Amino acid sequence: MKTIYLDNNATTRVADEVTAAMLPYFGEKYGNASSMHSFGGDVQKALDNARAHVAALLGAQDASEIIFTSCGSESDNTAIFSAIRAFPDKRHLITTRVEHPAVLNTFRYLQTQGYRVTFLGVDTDGGLDLAELERALSADTALVSIMHANNETGVLFPIEQADALTKARGALFHTDAVQSAGKIPLNMQKSAVDMLSISGHKLHAPKGIGALYVRKGTPFVPFLIGGHQEHGRRAGTENSPYIIGLGKACELALAHLSDENTRVKALRDRLQEGLTAKIGNTRINGSTASRLPNTLNISFEFVEGEAILLMLSDLGIAASSGSACTSGSLEPSHVLRAMGVPFTFAHGSIRFSFSVYNTDSDVDFVLSKMPAIIERLREISPFGKSGAAAGCK
Amino acid sequence: MWDYTDKVKDHFKNPRNVGSIPDADAVGEVGNIVCGDALKLFLKLDATGKISDAKFQTFGCGSAIASSSALTELIKGMTLEEASKVTNKQIADYLGGLPEEKMHCSVMGMEALEAAIKSYQQGGKPVVHEEDEDGEIVCKCFGVTDKKILRAIKENNLHTVDEVTHFTKAGGACGKCRDKIEKLLDPKHHETPSAKPFSSMTPIQKIHAVEEVLRREISPQLNADGGSVEFVDMQGELIKVKLLGMCKGCPSAGLTLKSFIEKRLRELLDPALRVEAED
Repeated sequence: MKTIYLDNNATTRVADEVTAAMLPYFGEKYGNASSMHSFGGDVQKALDNARAHVAALLGAQDASEIIFTSCGSESDNTAIFSAIRAFPDKRHLITTRVEHPAVLNTFRYLQTQGYRVTFLGVDTDGGLDLAELERALSADTALVSIMHANNETGVLFPIEQADALTKARGALFHTDAVQSAGKIPLNMQKSAVDMLSISGHKLHAPKGIGALYVRKGTPFVPFLIGGHQEHGRRAGTENSPYIIGLGKACELALAHLSDENTRVKALRDRLQEGLTAKIGNTRINGSTASRLPNTLNISFEFVEGEAILLMLSDLGIAASSGSACTSGSLEPSHVLRAMGVPFTFAHGSIRFSFSVYNTDSDVDFVLSKMPAIIERLREISPFGKSGAAAGCK
Repeated sequence: MWDYTDKVKDHFKNPRNVGSIPDADAVGEVGNIVCGDALKLFLKLDATGKISDAKFQTFGCGSAIASSSALTELIKGMTLEEASKVTNKQIADYLGGLPEEKMHCSVMGMEALEAAIKSYQQGGKPVVHEEDEDGEIVCKCFGVTDKKILRAIKENNLHTVDEVTHFTKAGGACGKCRDKIEKLLDPKHHETPSAKPFSSMTPIQKIHAVEEVLRREISPQLNADGGSVEFVDMQGELIKVKLLGMCKGCPSAGLTLKSFIEKRLRELLDPALRVEAED
């Protein structure tokens, strides 16, 4: 059975070009980049090249602003702990209620360590209230960490304005750009954001590689202590094949940016329009005005997300859900709840996330199957009849 | 992804008895859309008082739909008296088991059935399952009472807070009641079941009862001294156990065996019991 993969915010397939670029560094080019011989030195050159490609995707001024890490979570942890160690006297931190667990749970941990943390709310469109940020900031604030794009809804946050407010109060600003990097243009030279996290496996590099952008001049304290690698900012022998893979993936992502924002966006829009036209009682979660081009979060009232996913999975369609039952927790997605999505819709939310590998036929296939799935589950549901009675929009 | 059995998948994809019965003799409801699952059960009884038809409507995940389907298949042909004894475990067993985190789906089936039986007693008007009114709400997020938690602990032999959450949802949202659940797990709430005298138990029940005493009453004390005990076999009134850890080869092992393990088993189960250690 063919897989229709529409879960690219969860992870992506490794691009063939990326695999090809990595393979030699498992075999004949196994040298240690730090060695004083050309066998290792050649690897160092390849790492420099990879760093330049990552810097180019982010629009960084200098490749030395890129630190390679093992994943997005490590990048986030590094940024957060660096900021609090850089300002040991400050005891206040600010983030949002809709962050990825890599950020959210790190701040919750810091709360147990005596830090005061402000978790900013979002409005019903998933948007941020900058006035609330301004009120929360104080001279005691060490760090503000606000994601660039939300992984569940694709909603974009105004990080430049948030950064400006943060700078005015002397705090550092970090953004988790794991979902946005490679999907929308980034230009750190035109930005003042201090730190930015990315993850390889969200942009067609393998799992187990990430990077942290740290602006030149930003105070920085390493997270992993040990050797002198990454200019003493991240210890551990460089993971050369994966770093080279990430470099290649960033090179490809930069080349595909316009395709992502035209063709891929059109696929997403066509799926959204088709589903809302064919199926009644749906709801798009998150602002459609300020959203990643690849993400659609749509709720089907009166049915439960896991049941939808199981039926989709039988047809080879991979998506994800913010329903309680898929997470193992018993509450629906913290993001949808923070947005105040009604429970009748939150349990039936499905996220479709596209990549450049998706095609028109993928959208056609989902559009041909989805109405029957929702109709079937609404037949089983005791609330389904009232849904039908409410009529199609 | 959940590891569902083929039977769960089959009952999810091809649910039996979906729908409603317009002239039902009993209608039971449980859950609501806020909680993420809800089940409405319709029963029709024949002239002899047996369930001749059962239908359901369910809002919920795959295992909630499968549990509802299994429930209706399970109770068809039963009298209400027989159906009233159906437990959530029977529903889960019918499906070849459910993932631990999904056991509350089978509990929902049992509760809908209880509500339906109440509905029949009240002349067939629909009854919504409610938590025992005299119980105290422990989990405010899901409205779970201490009575429901204690019952789940007893019927399903639960030992940890997480297990209680899997079966009842209690503690699964904000987590503030986890300490209270921990207290309800205290064995003092659950004395070894003495409803049935030991002598009239089946051999399997006897073994379970012995293991239960070893686990609850004896192991914790031996563990404190770095030892432990394992059930090996039971022949008539002779129980064979294996002493492990520090107990093994301990000079006072014989004393432990007779004046502690055997004494306790005799007190709690049957004065005729004897205990021997296996090397």
